[in-house]
Amino acid sequence: MTAAILLWSVSIAQAMLVIAMGCNAYRLIRGPRAQDRVLCLDAMYVIAMLLILTMGIRTGSAIYFEAALIIAVLGFASSVALAKFLMRGEVIE
Amino acid sequence: MDFFALALIIALPFVAGLAAALLPSDSRTPVTWLAGLTAATCLALTFSFYPAVSSGHVVRYQIDWIPQLGLGFTLRMDGFAWVFASLVSAMALLVVIYTRYYISREDPVRRFYLLFLGFMGSMLGIVLSGNLILLVVFWELTSLFSFLLIGYWHHKQAARDGARMALTITSVGGLSLLAGILVIGHIVGSYDLDAVLASGNAIREHHLYVPALLLFLLGVLTKSAQFPFHFWLPNAMAAPTPVSAFLHSATLVKGGVFLMARLWPVLAGTPEWFTILGLAGMASFVLGAYLAMFQQDLKGLLAYSTISHLGLITLLLSLGSPLAAVAAIFHMLNHATFKASLFMAAGIIDHEAGTRDLRQLSGLFRYMPITGTLATVASAAMAGVPLLNGFLSKEMFFAEAVETHANSWVDTIAPYAAVLGSTLAVTYSIRLIHSIFLGAPPPESFPREPHEPPFWMRFPVMCLVVTCLVVGIIPGLTIGPFLRIAVTSVLGEATPAYSLAIWHGFTIAFGMSVIALVCGTMLYLVAGNYLEHTDSPPVFGRIQGQRLFERTMVAISWRWARSIEEVLGTRRLQPQVRLLVAVAIAAGAIPILSAGLDFGPVGNGIDIAFTGLWCIGMVCAVAAAYLAKFHRLAALALLGGAGLVTCVTFVWLSAPDLAATQLAVEIVTTVLILLGLRWLPKRWRTAEEPIGVSDRLRRLRDLSLAVMAGSGMTVVSLAVLTRTSPDSIADFFIENAYTEGGGRNVVNVILVDFRGFDTLGEITVLGIVALTVFALLRRFRPAPDTIERPEQQRIQQSYDEAEPDRKAGATATEYLYVPSVIMQWMFPVVIVLAAYLFLRGHDAPGGGFVAGVALAAGFILQYMAAGTVWVEDRLRILPVVWMGVGLLLAALTGVASILLGDPFLTSYFQYADVPVLGKIPLASATVFDLGVFSLVVGATVLMLIAIAHQSIRRLRAARLEEARQLEEKQQWS
Repeated sequence: MTAAILLWSVSIAQAMLVIAMGCNAYRLIRGPRAQDRVLCLDAMYVIAMLLILTMGIRTGSAIYFEAALIIAVLGFASSVALAKFLMRGEVIE
Repeated sequence: MDFFALALIIALPFVAGLAAALLPSDSRTPVTWLAGLTAATCLALTFSFYPAVSSGHVVRYQIDWIPQLGLGFTLRMDGFAWVFASLVSAMALLVVIYTRYYISREDPVRRFYLLFLGFMGSMLGIVLSGNLILLVVFWELTSLFSFLLIGYWHHKQAARDGARMALTITSVGGLSLLAGILVIGHIVGSYDLDAVLASGNAIREHHLYVPALLLFLLGVLTKSAQFPFHFWLPNAMAAPTPVSAFLHSATLVKGGVFLMARLWPVLAGTPEWFTILGLAGMASFVLGAYLAMFQQDLKGLLAYSTISHLGLITLLLSLGSPLAAVAAIFHMLNHATFKASLFMAAGIIDHEAGTRDLRQLSGLFRYMPITGTLATVASAAMAGVPLLNGFLSKEMFFAEAVETHANSWVDTIAPYAAVLGSTLAVTYSIRLIHSIFLGAPPPESFPREPHEPPFWMRFPVMCLVVTCLVVGIIPGLTIGPFLRIAVTSVLGEATPAYSLAIWHGFTIAFGMSVIALVCGTMLYLVAGNYLEHTDSPPVFGRIQGQRLFERTMVAISWRWARSIEEVLGTRRLQPQVRLLVAVAIAAGAIPILSAGLDFGPVGNGIDIAFTGLWCIGMVCAVAAAYLAKFHRLAALALLGGAGLVTCVTFVWLSAPDLAATQLAVEIVTTVLILLGLRWLPKRWRTAEEPIGVSDRLRRLRDLSLAVMAGSGMTVVSLAVLTRTSPDSIADFFIENAYTEGGGRNVVNVILVDFRGFDTLGEITVLGIVALTVFALLRRFRPAPDTIERPEQQRIQQSYDEAEPDRKAGATATEYLYVPSVIMQWMFPVVIVLAAYLFLRGHDAPGGGFVAGVALAAGFILQYMAAGTVWVEDRLRILPVVWMGVGLLLAALTGVASILLGDPFLTSYFQYADVPVLGKIPLASATVFDLGVFSLVVGATVLMLIAIAHQSIRRLRAARLEEARQLEEKQQWS
């Protein structure tokens, strides 16, 4: 019973995360401003991290953890780079 | 021990050359000692083989190289090789002594000796090779070193042109020789010299004999500068004189005739051999002598005379009679002695009088009597005057020319050609001596006041001239035994009886000698004045191989290349990509259309979340492509989205390793592209241009190409994925990863252990790419509209400057205050993450590569947070050192296993108990992985920082400009 509940909730969580990603993708394409797009990409990184974690829960394995960890620690780097590019016109001054 | 010495003879010059290159730059004397001792050691080693060789033994030394292909590193010394090895080493020794006084202080002497010794080693390699392929390898090396030596003074146009011409001609010949050797090897079934020498009949009777012979002769005739390929040699005279003396009289050009004599027993004696070689030799002999008469450049005269004498040797070898072969071998040695001494004398004259122009030189005898005497004796040997060594071999030549060898017109005219060529040789020899040394000194003085050179500069010339004399007077006691072992080893059973006596009585040959001497002298008396004042030789001066060569080069490398470029090339990216994709589609479609494509059963059950994920990814990818032209940043963000979906897909399909690596790469790539975006020209959209029919058609075509390629890949992937996979190597890896490699992470074990050699190659390539990017960016010139600071910075700066209470750059600092603190604090966290990924790599997802990229991302974060200047004031990252250490670590791990007696890169593993961390696996592969890690960090940081530094360059330039203006102001006030 617990297993079934867990499976269902994880599946639903995944579906909703994918829907969230779809919403972000819509903004990513439509914009309208570059800032919106950067923000969307950052959000997508977070969603991807969560998706990977739900995968780990679903399979009951810890081997997906590294990928999530990398997003958590370094994922913001590309957002920062994009933001800095918008603000200053170049990434490294 | 003998075998070791044999290999040492070849290896020593190369090692000494490298050592010479590592000496300090002002070490003219040590480097001379090094080179001289090397040559002397080689000579001594060669002499140590004399007892063995003189008793008819063949010393062999063999290491398997690629035995499957019949390639062995086989060295072989018989009498002929011994004589040549002695010649090369002895000449090298003399030339080194000479060079010490010739090369000036300003010349890069280390480079000279590096190349010189490299050449010497290659030449000894040719002589001592026992495998024909090995011989060709050394042959090519001599061409290469000759190229570099001719171009030694590369600031001179003539040196560059001459070097290029020599390389082109001799390497075309080298390729041809390789082809010829391959055919011969195919006929014999082995490339081993002994096997080839034993199957002369088989080769001559084979139907591939003629093609093999033609290819072979093209190789040797180009090398020995024989007609019609002779013209590179006079142009090679732009080389320093020691090079000319060593390469272009005694050794390199002898390579061709050496190989002809080497394979003489198996290739000679057929009508084809006789006709081709006979004509080439005769033409070179006569034409070379004829053209030599008209040269006004001293070295040019000697070059043409070399062509002529090599033609004489070729002609002798063409005859196919053993006696002629004896004469040929004898003349090779004689020519080396007198021609090298003449070249050295020419160098002395050039050095002391400041010119080599025969029209300017005159009456030098009163200034340098000793050099004059030596040169006179050497010239007399060249002309074939009795009691000198040139006379002996020329007598043998005349005797052989008279003999009838084959019933053809070439044979009939041979004696006449011989006398004609020798007459001309006498003329140019007299001209050489007369116009340089005799007569009154010129009315206008020499560029330099001429005087005798130092004793040791004259010493090598003296040695050689004494050799000429001694051999000429008592041949039997001096050269006799050496010549005998050389001849016996080439001819074997067929060695004829020959006599080295000076006086054979009044034979026809003696008569021909006398005629040549008398006619040559008379010709000089009659035409000497004319020769002195003419610029180009009549009749044959117009036949210039050089012109033909230059025209061919222009045609091939300029006209044809241009027309091919016009047809196929384009500078725009779109047509190139279009062509590439179209060809790829065709390449994929042909096998599918001809053989069909079968699919396996497609599974049912669709994961909705996964499908949704993929739809998002596809939409992102298509949108990125759509926006790429005018909205670069948006396209980049979309690309990030697509990449992210790919990473999640990897996780979904149970490839956590791939996902982790891809994520790290994704992040770094985004930064990399952003760094590059800054330097792209501003986006620019032309005013609404009307879109014509052709534009629409072009777009339609491109779209259909894209759709075809994409759907084609989809279909192929589907087919591959649905089919049951055959037993692949994957199972082996999975089964043996832990037992053999000591790791539970199969991917990592494959990378660092099973396929460690591939990984080593890959990281090497990565290092090369990083260095290339770095090198290219050093010369980076940005587009004009991107040189200025970006617009945003200018706005912010002008705002900062306008407000009285703000400092310059305050906006940037304030905006980034919180993020930069976070980024700086994240640095240790990132380092820990990298260490974690690295250490876990062998058993769980991670590994050196992803850890390296992660650490590089950490470094880049610091740069982004605080700017290049701030970071580099506090943190010195030396990417090149990281790369070097990484490569060395990886390679040394491999070497370590060799030292322990296992094959390269065999791994060893064990678990170790480390306090706090617990039990961690310690495999030698971990050290290898550490190398990978270090290299990846270095390469990534090097590339990214190289781009980032472009902004600094502008900053530096601006600062310099400011400083200059400030200084000017101060001066003004």
